[in-house]
Amino acid sequence: MDLLKRLKQLPLHTILLGVAIIWIFPFIWMIASSLKSHREFLATPLSLVPNQLMWENYRRAWDSANFSQYFQNSVMVTVSAVAIVVFLSALTGYALARVDFPGKRVLILAYAATLFIPKGYTIIPVYQLIRRLGLLNTIPGLVLAEAGGAPVLFALLFMAHFRGTPKELDEAAEIDGANFLQTFLYIMLPLAKPMIATAVLLQFMWTWSSFFTPLVLTLNNPDLRTLTVGMYAFVSEFSTDWTGLTAAALISITPILILFLSLQRYFIEGLSGSVKN
Amino acid sequence: MQKTLSQPRERRMWLTRKRSRQVWAYAFILPQLLLIAGFTFYPIIMTHVYSLYEWPGFGPLNDFVGVQNYLEVIRDSLFWNAFQKSFIFMAGTVALQLPIALLLALLLNSERLYGRNIYRALFFIPVVTTSAVIGIVMRSIFATHEGVVNNALLMSNLIETPIRWLSQGNTAMLALVIVASWKWMGIKMVMWLAGLQSLPRELYDAAKVDGANYWQTFRFITLPLLVPVGIVVLLFSIVDALTAFDLIFTMTEGGPGFTTEFMELYIYRYAFTTVAGGLPQLGYASAAGVFFGLTVFLISLVLSLLARRQSRLKG
Repeated sequence: MDLLKRLKQLPLHTILLGVAIIWIFPFIWMIASSLKSHREFLATPLSLVPNQLMWENYRRAWDSANFSQYFQNSVMVTVSAVAIVVFLSALTGYALARVDFPGKRVLILAYAATLFIPKGYTIIPVYQLIRRLGLLNTIPGLVLAEAGGAPVLFALLFMAHFRGTPKELDEAAEIDGANFLQTFLYIMLPLAKPMIATAVLLQFMWTWSSFFTPLVLTLNNPDLRTLTVGMYAFVSEFSTDWTGLTAAALISITPILILFLSLQRYFIEGLSGSVKN
Repeated sequence: MQKTLSQPRERRMWLTRKRSRQVWAYAFILPQLLLIAGFTFYPIIMTHVYSLYEWPGFGPLNDFVGVQNYLEVIRDSLFWNAFQKSFIFMAGTVALQLPIALLLALLLNSERLYGRNIYRALFFIPVVTTSAVIGIVMRSIFATHEGVVNNALLMSNLIETPIRWLSQGNTAMLALVIVASWKWMGIKMVMWLAGLQSLPRELYDAAKVDGANYWQTFRFITLPLLVPVGIVVLLFSIVDALTAFDLIFTMTEGGPGFTTEFMELYIYRYAFTTVAGGLPQLGYASAAGVFFGLTVFLISLVLSLLARRQSRLKG
C-alpha cells in the first residue's frame, strides 16, 4: 500500500529530481572544476569527473592567493558581529516585551522603518564615521560597521518571542530576589535558545556573505580583506586561473553550506518565520 | 483600618518597582540603540546633509550648494540610465521568480511527498550561498569560449556560434536576470509554501464535493486566497532586485559600458572611485543615494501597507 503510494509519486519525483539537479549544477560543476588541471578545464569544461585530482588548486588559492588570511578575517568579523548583534537584540527584545516606558512605540516604529533601508543609502556616512573614528582599514571598524548596519529584525523577533513566554516566570524569579538583569540572564535567555539559534544562523549568513561594506572599508588593504572581497580581488590579480578561482570559491562558501545543510530546517523556518512577522 | 494604611505604601512600592524596571529597560536598550543610531539613523540623516554640499569626502564640509547636486543628478542621463536599468532588472526577476516559485511550491506542497525536505533544501542552497562568490563564478560560467552555458548550448546544437553573454548589453542583462532569479528563487518558494500550508482544508473538501477539478480549485480557491502572500513575495522580490549590488558588481561591474549599471553601482562609482580622473563626488553621490533610498522606501511602504490591508480583509 505504502509502496503503491510512493510509486504513484514517481512522475512527480522524476520532474523534481531533474529540476533539482539542474538547480544545483553550478555547485557540482564548481567542485569538479576545482579539481581539474587548467588544460582539462579548458578542453572539457562540461565534464564532471576530473581525470586526475588536482588538490594543488586548493593549495594555490589558500597560500598564493592569500585565502588563509581572508578566511581568518571573515571568521573574526563574522563571529564578533554575530555575538554583538544577537546579544544586543536579545537585550532590546526583552526590555520591549516586558516593560512599558515612555518612547517605546516611537522606538519600535523607528526600528521597523529601517528594515528595508538599502546599503547604498547609508554607506557614504558609514564610511565617513569609521574614518573619523580612526577605524578605517581595521578589523574592529569592520565589525562595528557590520554590527551597526545589521537590520534590527532580531530585536523585533526577540520581542515577539519573549512576549510569548509566561510572565509568571519573571515574577517568581523576582520574588526569589533576582534583579532584572539576573532574571534575563539566568531565566529568560536559556528559554530563548531556539530563537537565539535562528538569529545566530541568519546573522552568520548575512555577515559571512556581506560584500558592499567590507569592499568599501578594506579593498585597499589586502591584509584585511574578507573572503568576499578576496574573491573579487582574485579576478583582477589572477584573471585566467579559473581552477584556482573555483577552489577559492568553494573555500569561501563551504562553512556556510555545512552550516546550512546540517541545520537547514532552522534556516528555512527562521527565514520564513521572520518574513511572516 | 490596616488596609487603608497599607494601600499607599503598596502603591509607592509598586511605583518604585515600575520606575526601577523602566531604568533597567533603558539600560537594556541603550547599547543597541547607540549602534543603530551611529550606523543607521545618523547615516540616513547625513546622506541628506552631504547631498547639499560639494564635497570630495575629505577636508571641511563648507561648500554649500543647496539643491544643485539634485539638479545635476536629474540632468545626468546616466542616472536615468541606472534608474531604468534597475527597474528592467527588477521587472525581469519578478516576472521569472513569482510564477516559477509558485509552481515549485505547488509541486512540493503535496503532503505525503517523500523527501520533501530534501528537495526544499536543494532549491534553497543558492539562497544561502554568498552572492559575491556566485557573481564571480558566473563570470566563468557565462564566459564566451570556455563557459559552461555556451558549451552546453553548442553541444545541443541550439546555437552555432558562441554567445558573447557578458560583453553585450542585452545578453548581460539577461544573464543577470537569470542568475539573480535562480539565486533567490528558493526563498520565494518557501514563502509561497508557507502561504499554501495556511489555506483552510474545509474549502478544498467543499470544492471536491461540488465536483471542481484541479484547475478550477486552483483558479477560484487557491489563487485568490494567496493574494496576501503574493504581495509579500512581490515586496521581497522587488527589494531583493533593487538592492542586488553584490551579485551585479561582481558579475558585470555595471558593464559593458553602463548597460548593467544599476542605482547602487552608480552611487558607488561617484562616491568611492575617481570618475574620469577627478576626485570622488560624495555630495553628488549622496543626492543620488537619497533618490534611490526614497524610491525603495516608498515602494516597500506601499506594498507593506497593501499586504497588511489584504490580510486584514481576509480576516
